[in-house]
Amino acid sequence: MIPDAMFQFMLLVFLGIVVLCVKPLGGYIADVMEGRPIFALRVGGRLEAALYRLCGVDAREEMNWKDYAVALLVFNVLGALTVYALQRLQAYLPLNPQQFAAVSADSAFNTAISFVTNTDWQGYSGESTMGYLVQMAGLAVQNFLSAATGLVVAIALIRGFARHTARTIGNFWVDLTRSTLYVLLPLAAVLALVLASQGVIQNFDGYRDATTVEATTYQNPKTDADGNPLKDAAGNAVTEQATTSTQTLPMGPIASQEAIKELGTNGGGFLNANSAHPFENPTPATNLLEMIAILLIPFALTYTFGKLVGDTRQGWALLAAMLIMFVSLVMIAYYSEQHGNPLVAKQGIDQVASAAQAGGNMEGKETRFGIAASALFAAVTTATSCGAVNSMHDSMTPLGGFVPLFLIELGELAPGGVGTGLYTALMFAILGVFIAGLMIGRTPEYIGKKIEALEMKLASIFILTTPFVVLIGTAIAVSTVAGKAGVANPGAHGFSEILYAYSSAANNNGSAFNGLSANTVFYNLSTGLAMFVARFWPIVAALAIAGSLAAKKRVPVTDGTMPTHGPLFVALLIGSILLFGVLTYVPALALGPVVEHFLLATAH
Amino acid sequence: MLVRTFRSAASLLIVMTILLGVAYPLAITGIARLAFPRQATGSLVVRDGKLIGSTLIGQNFASPRYFWGRPSATTPQPYNGIGSTGSNLGPLNPALLDAVRANAKALRDADPGNGLPIPVELVTASASGLDPEISPAAARYQAGRVARARGLTAAQVERVIASLEQGRVLGFIGEARVNVLALNLALDELNGTAAADGAAAR
Repeated sequence: MIPDAMFQFMLLVFLGIVVLCVKPLGGYIADVMEGRPIFALRVGGRLEAALYRLCGVDAREEMNWKDYAVALLVFNVLGALTVYALQRLQAYLPLNPQQFAAVSADSAFNTAISFVTNTDWQGYSGESTMGYLVQMAGLAVQNFLSAATGLVVAIALIRGFARHTARTIGNFWVDLTRSTLYVLLPLAAVLALVLASQGVIQNFDGYRDATTVEATTYQNPKTDADGNPLKDAAGNAVTEQATTSTQTLPMGPIASQEAIKELGTNGGGFLNANSAHPFENPTPATNLLEMIAILLIPFALTYTFGKLVGDTRQGWALLAAMLIMFVSLVMIAYYSEQHGNPLVAKQGIDQVASAAQAGGNMEGKETRFGIAASALFAAVTTATSCGAVNSMHDSMTPLGGFVPLFLIELGELAPGGVGTGLYTALMFAILGVFIAGLMIGRTPEYIGKKIEALEMKLASIFILTTPFVVLIGTAIAVSTVAGKAGVANPGAHGFSEILYAYSSAANNNGSAFNGLSANTVFYNLSTGLAMFVARFWPIVAALAIAGSLAAKKRVPVTDGTMPTHGPLFVALLIGSILLFGVLTYVPALALGPVVEHFLLATAH
Repeated sequence: MLVRTFRSAASLLIVMTILLGVAYPLAITGIARLAFPRQATGSLVVRDGKLIGSTLIGQNFASPRYFWGRPSATTPQPYNGIGSTGSNLGPLNPALLDAVRANAKALRDADPGNGLPIPVELVTASASGLDPEISPAAARYQAGRVARARGLTAAQVERVIASLEQGRVLGFIGEARVNVLALNLALDELNGTAAADGAAAR
């Protein structure tokens, strides 16, 4: 089979599996979140009730949107403080066999916000920074809870549409507990064991020293007495020849964390190379499972939405829009990467795909994934808020790297993160019906609710916050010494590194053009702030919309109602998303990947 | 109200931390170590009672008698087990082309008579810096050099490659590949057996 057909077949099978899971999983999530007496809730009922008693929660008590938002914010701020404290105190805590020292204050601040906001941007290198307790009790716990936070906001917004003349949108504690206990935890446990069976490690051993088959001779940078690297008169590092036959192998409870990292669209790797590391993602099969896990819940939530608003066609329409955008962009990434780098081809290097090699642009990619499974993963991880990587996006071709960047900038809604994707898509649905309403001169409606001035203001705040943070953050970084100091690649690509960093942080993705040296005070503080503002400001706006919609009367469907479940609406939704994304980001994209593409195409 | 919210938030966070951050990973570790002890502990390779690596983690090979793996961008030494990283070099970065040229030159210098085009993975750095595998094309490109350096026939080496080649999963997922460490260990064994046979014949 020719490689392109092979890729298309893999894409078809992959999306087929994901779409087959949409109805059963989406229906199950709807049942769980509405507390219907299904098997799982009957089994877990005792534990759940005990948990509420312990935490002083009255499960029958409903909250209005403000109380819901306050509970969510308090819970997440406490979570961030815990992750910060665990990192700063790790030298005194158990399960730290490598005896890592406390993480620096700015890095710990960045990482705490990063994991609480479901971003999982990583300025640090996992295997040489974080002990097992910080990974498990700090980072992995937030992998669950930040995903659950996104999910409950989506459910609250759905209730806004589903309920009428209601004052409340649910109980935050109950929603959070149920989404964790009945959705995330069981799926993660199963996936963790499957991954472990395929070679993802899961232990509490100290790192192991192996004696390699051949000794490695290398240039070791010399340091002065304080451990600072020595430089010669020309500013180059002074090195001395060294030889080693020791390879230290990192260990740790990785499978349990890897599972929720993907299922919760978190993306924070236990190890620096993330899902490119063979201990996190050892085979093409684990890679496929991890990609499925990333898309599983975000796509399923479209059905949850349809079921809870009493019209599943509404959910399928959102799913169709998401799929169309996803497939179009993943194709661009694949063809661009498979085409390879013309400058490398000029060196007499064989980049042609065949049965015996993947070919294409293999810089920053793993042999077992090749081009197809790397390009697909790059799109999957940025079409959601995941941000795990199995290849280095910084080394992608200009158009290949444009795809993840643009998917992030569109707002991660094709299908987006757990919960976040659905509520972001609903915001654009509101924008879409508003634009359509302007064109035909009627008050816009969506799912039986009139969309009025308050909802439009809140939806605008929601939609505008993130681009504002991205573009202002990028502008500051490119005009300051501290910002430019982090850039690794020269020219337009260096600009892309900065643009990608703020796009990723503000959209809570977490992937990076990783050459950027982001573990500095400037980047730790600025991206930390970007992640926090662009996560919780839109969440509060979404909850406010939920409260406002829930209070409204239901509008009966008439001949004048615009249907929001057909191809016309799907096109309108995609059009609104693209219009907004293109208008907002084209100037910035033109300076980065677009310029770089033409430079590469004309390079000799 | 706010005090109650804080109390609920703090106690729920503690309960969840114990459940998700301690009980869950411990349970998974317990089951994984019982059911998949080799995989859970790193797919380690032990030879003569000595730990020599992991089948999942690549090692640096530089002598002509061994198959070479992907170029590794880890520092300070290539294939640094606790420094996983790619090069992060962009497609137009002159440093990328310098690295490609240097890697190509090393391959050609070690095997001057080899007129085959060099497969791209042999000159480009992997994403993890620890890629344990190369493509069958990259293995065959090096087969002649390795056979000469070891005094084996090309057919013998090709047979070892073929026996260790892994196809795509289900025929369409991922890429065909050969594990470099396994390949080199198999060749060492082959040479060892041949040497032992030679000694026995004398």
